[in-house]
Amino acid sequence: MSAQQDTSALDAPRAAEAAGQGDPVMRLVDVKKSFGSQVVLNGLSFDVPRGQTLAIMGPSGTGKSVILRHLIGLMQPDGGRVEVEGHDMARIGKKELAVLRRRMGFLFQEAALINWLSVGDNVALPLRENTRLKESEIKERVSEKLDLVGVGGSWDKMPSQLSGGMKKRVGLARALITDPEIILYDEPNAGLDPEISASINETIRELSERLQTTSVVVEHRIPCIKTVADDVLFLNEGKVLLRLPPVEFFRSDHPRLVRFLGDLRDTA
Amino acid sequence: MTLFHSFRALCEGLGYQIDLLFQVLGRLPRIPARRKAIAEQLYQTGIGVLHVVLFVGLFIGMIVSLQTGVELARIGQQDQIGTIVAVSMAREMGPFITATILAATSGSAIAAELGTMAVSDELAALEVMSIDRLSFLVLPRVIALAVLCPLLTIVCDTIGILGGGFVAQSQLNVSFQLYTDSAIEALRAPASLIALPKDVYAGLFKAFVFGILIATIGSASGLRARGGALGVGTATRQAVRDSIIAVIVCNYFMTWMLYQG
Repeated sequence: MSAQQDTSALDAPRAAEAAGQGDPVMRLVDVKKSFGSQVVLNGLSFDVPRGQTLAIMGPSGTGKSVILRHLIGLMQPDGGRVEVEGHDMARIGKKELAVLRRRMGFLFQEAALINWLSVGDNVALPLRENTRLKESEIKERVSEKLDLVGVGGSWDKMPSQLSGGMKKRVGLARALITDPEIILYDEPNAGLDPEISASINETIRELSERLQTTSVVVEHRIPCIKTVADDVLFLNEGKVLLRLPPVEFFRSDHPRLVRFLGDLRDTA
Repeated sequence: MTLFHSFRALCEGLGYQIDLLFQVLGRLPRIPARRKAIAEQLYQTGIGVLHVVLFVGLFIGMIVSLQTGVELARIGQQDQIGTIVAVSMAREMGPFITATILAATSGSAIAAELGTMAVSDELAALEVMSIDRLSFLVLPRVIALAVLCPLLTIVCDTIGILGGGFVAQSQLNVSFQLYTDSAIEALRAPASLIALPKDVYAGLFKAFVFGILIATIGSASGLRARGGALGVGTATRQAVRDSIIAVIVCNYFMTWMLYQG
């Protein structure tokens, strides 16, 4: 991989836009973030066109989850700009942010289910708190989402009674309950066996295709990225090193990527 | 950590607690929407500490009765023991002991619950879902303790006075009838608008304030917890420590205000 390809990779979003793949739903411009003396994001720029699923890969500690937290407004950058649907996330008002977040779903790494609420009540929570839907309608929608992610019939179970895979599915159902247009996934395969991971990945792909959602997936596992991603972005030292479609990404001979992927690289 | 850093951390913590209290007060109109969560908190906390309040209150009353009774017997005034136990329980011991029990049990539980939620991203999840965590989590806990602390103080006062009566009869040769008559006389309201003597309503007012303080400090410690299980442990310890200090300091100023002012 040449330096020329690196540059073209950085320009991929603009190329995608020019090719009519959709306007950017999310955009990071020269974002900087440090924790104490540790620089995590160092002038990071990329955007995500509407309807696209972008996977973010990179070594541990390069700020992949930090990017998602910036996109949902849980963190603010030290420098640069984070935009979601044209809103500057550092300047957005509280009410506007609440409205924007209702259009977004977030799957946390450990699912982050409220531990004293049952599965059904966890998934119903955003609807009960933010809408005036009748209880019968809420139950219908919750059941539909639980069935969609393959945990129908678990309504009354408590989070402590669920396996890691089931928790993640319930977390996904909760993230989807408001039918979001934007979904952020923080390591959807972490801690899951290959079979359950494959099933979660299929669900993510189906959702993306069926609901035309715009998604960002932070993940290390290659099968996940190959299944769900339209584009793969590789982070290194707080910046975008490469951005390519999965097939090209896993065949890339960029020395840093070769070192990172090792035997997992596609050589065929 | 230098003295300066410790002082700065103390000021930051205090500022956060005061800010949280005002934010919760601003959410009082949402009480009707949170009635179910408040009822759950009332039930859980009330049932959880009732036996402790009964047990500790009984023994505190017995200790006060025994300590003062022995001295009063020396000057032949042991028939005044009911008055002393009733007034000291209603005015000071009841609210203080109840608040200390609540700080150690409910305050620590609130800090641990919210702290666990903080370190396991549950608070972040609420924020992402646009759910007001102060209204959802803190308001029900503050209201529950503001209601419970005075109620449990009444229980503590009553059982303490009864415990004092058992000791007066069994060890100080004061009849239970004489003891209860003098206790009731001490707690009978003089002709006034409020049908309770100042000792009782001042004690209940203190308990009300203590309840708010304990829930707010416990919530503040929990919400600020960072760094896994260790952070939750630190938050819990801080909650109990700060609650007890706040109760003692506020107790002094409220006593000054109610009895000296």
